[in-house]
Amino acid sequence: MHELSLCENILQMIEQQAKDQKFTRVLTVCLEIGQLSCVEPEAISFCFNEVMSGSVANQAELKIVMLAGLAWCPTCYHHFEILQRYDECPNCGRYDVQIVKGEHMRISELEVI
Amino acid sequence: MCGICGCGERPLTAHTHDDHTPHDHHHDVEQPATVRRIKVEQDIFAKNNQYAQLNREYFRQNAIFALNFVSSPGSGKTSLLTSTITQLPADCAISVIEGDQQTTLDAEKIRATGVRALQINTGKGCHLDAHSIAHALQDQIPGPNSLVFIENVGNLVCPAAFDLGEAYKVVVLSVTEGEDKPLKYPDMFHAAELMILNKIDLLPYLDFDVEKCIDYARRINPRIKVLQLSVKTGQGMTEWLQWLTISQRLSSIA
Repeated sequence: MHELSLCENILQMIEQQAKDQKFTRVLTVCLEIGQLSCVEPEAISFCFNEVMSGSVANQAELKIVMLAGLAWCPTCYHHFEILQRYDECPNCGRYDVQIVKGEHMRISELEVI
Repeated sequence: MCGICGCGERPLTAHTHDDHTPHDHHHDVEQPATVRRIKVEQDIFAKNNQYAQLNREYFRQNAIFALNFVSSPGSGKTSLLTSTITQLPADCAISVIEGDQQTTLDAEKIRATGVRALQINTGKGCHLDAHSIAHALQDQIPGPNSLVFIENVGNLVCPAAFDLGEAYKVVVLSVTEGEDKPLKYPDMFHAAELMILNKIDLLPYLDFDVEKCIDYARRINPRIKVLQLSVKTGQGMTEWLQWLTISQRLSSIA
């Protein structure tokens, strides 16, 4: 359940932003989670309120946008949407495809006052 | 600025609102706060990755070859390490960082071989992170030209996401666990440079399909190298020690 420590990271980043950007309350936290990142959105949501409790982001709303995984095949140069790491190229059937998008998780935006 | 009529705070002159009552201000109304949108666009792993990069730089400057051993609990990581340590030449400088939720049992097993070991107890944590390794390096201070073995918390999921600054992740999979583990836990096999199939002395008693397991691992990570060994019988240990020695030398050139 590394999502708990990821929520703690999110809080640290928000607290840093609160200092830099001078705000005292966070209304909304917008996250982008790649389909192939090692992060389970439901587990993030589960930990989020608990970790944010008593902080600048107390009772902030969590908005999660899932980003599709994209891959390309170095054999046939086909670009395609990939759902799992073990998916083969739908064009030529090879497994040694390269993932180009959907491995990351980031805070995209905050709504603050 | 007045939140109702928009007049400036000073100079204040008597004025009226809808109720036509003249006044010089104050309204007993909470000033509506302005909602701001702030673009952050920061990776959640950025902090860990910064620490990992510092660790990696420390390893590079001191010609330290660090490996991060990952697996589910009970795959034989600690036995592999103790056996490796006793079979490496006596002049080979080694230090070990042990990660477990509780107990110092593994560090004690390593210390019994005569090698320095530091135990990190993660408590409720399910993985080691780069920051905890940075502290361990301060406590332990591995010498130049040495090997650092990091034994991560037994867990095939979470440690995959956390770069510790190691040269490579080595995933240990024992044949009692089933050949489908690379497909079930793809992130770990994707992140690893080497897969060690351990306990192969038990293969005659199991339905484990070695070829299928390797095929599954290469679907996830076509470049993954595979070694088959048994710590108990010593089969395959020579190849493992060769991989270790060669990889250490190559990393010192890179």
